[in-house]
Amino acid sequence: MCSLCGVLGGRGHWTESASTPEAFASRLDATTRRRERQQRTQIANHILKHYGLALRDWSGSSYLLSTKTGRTVIVDNLSEVWIAAEQLTQGECDPLDEGLLAELSAN
Amino acid sequence: MTQYETLIPINVITGFLGSGKTTVLARLLRAPDMGETAVLINEFGEVGLDHQLIEHAEESTLLLENGCLCCAIRDDLKTSLRNLFSRCARGEIPQFRRVVIETSGLADPVPIAYTIMAEPVLQYHFRLGNVVTVVDAVNGMGSLARYSEAEKQAAIADRIVLSKTDMCEPGNEAALRSKLAEINHTAPIIDAARDGVDAAALLAHDIYEPEGKRAAIDAWLGEHDGGHEHARAAHTSDVSSFCLWFDGPLDWTAFGVWMTMLLNRHGDKVLRIKGMLNVEGVADPVLINGVQHVVHPPTHMTGWPDDDRRSRIVFITRGIGRERIEASLAAFNALANPAAATIDRDALTPGAPSLSV
Repeated sequence: MCSLCGVLGGRGHWTESASTPEAFASRLDATTRRRERQQRTQIANHILKHYGLALRDWSGSSYLLSTKTGRTVIVDNLSEVWIAAEQLTQGECDPLDEGLLAELSAN
Repeated sequence: MTQYETLIPINVITGFLGSGKTTVLARLLRAPDMGETAVLINEFGEVGLDHQLIEHAEESTLLLENGCLCCAIRDDLKTSLRNLFSRCARGEIPQFRRVVIETSGLADPVPIAYTIMAEPVLQYHFRLGNVVTVVDAVNGMGSLARYSEAEKQAAIADRIVLSKTDMCEPGNEAALRSKLAEINHTAPIIDAARDGVDAAALLAHDIYEPEGKRAAIDAWLGEHDGGHEHARAAHTSDVSSFCLWFDGPLDWTAFGVWMTMLLNRHGDKVLRIKGMLNVEGVADPVLINGVQHVVHPPTHMTGWPDDDRRSRIVFITRGIGRERIEASLAAFNALANPAAATIDRDALTPGAPSLSV
């Protein structure tokens, strides 16, 4: 349980290599958990920028998702990022959206 | 951390009303290696009859009280499984190594999968095993055409058991097999009357059991092995089944960002995802397995099955075409590897199966 917010922890999220060492043991030496979180945040921010949002790693345990006006929510993993992003923007975050893909290609 | 492979597997036996689920279950329970199996039954109307049919498993049977294992009564399944585990731990019932849940004929099996994978207590004791869907050879074609529940049950199956083939015209059976292969070409189809029901092959052999891992992968991807010419997009109603191939390694971080975003927005339309990935920096292939919003922890094979190092991902979707998914994943992967950002537009034309990333 998180001593700060009291949220019960579950099994690690499937996207996090550290939670599935059986699958990723061969690269754990080269890829630290922090480094992977940094890269995950960086890539997510490429997408979130399209929606006017930004993601930060919070002490290696959670993420902070913020709007341009500073409204911020705490999320635990990538799945929660997209749920929160849609709540914050009151819209859909669709990876199949042609406008988003065009912007990614242009950048 | 508990190794995922050591958790107690839970198999789900589903199938439309009258398809013969209980008969298949009764036959499975007669197998010697099914002795340490607990059974949860959930059926409309015929509870007494079903209970009688598996009476010999009564000691390890817990009858659910509600009528349908859907989202609304997920708590019931949670309580039943927790209760089962507690009673076993206290020595009130015999030890069991597997649980089989028989759903009602109208059930959506996905909430069951979600409950097993996401419930805070259950996820440390149980894991989802194979989903076995029973399809009635006499009425199955009609059920698939008329009822989305039946189509979804077939689409998310790991194994499909055909029942009543001895009562069916051969031509009708062939048409049904063809239809099932279009909906879900990754699930082996077993004729219960002719082939019998092998408990190990149906329930035990999956990607988390060493002896079944290779066979499971062959079943997932077998139809696509051998090269591009076997990749296809099959369409039946609005359900599509297709396989994407990627020549270069995929970045795991970008893949995670992409797939979580896809499942958040389109999880209800992405019925299954199964894949063998060449992940950047990982020597062995990584296996992914998802049922709508539910994603199993990734696992890996020990070594590649052959010289082909391409990633391959099978999708079974409802209303989402292959080209959109392919272009989207390529764009996300390019974020992590700008050098590979070029999307091969030729590969996006119909019939072109591979995309270089």
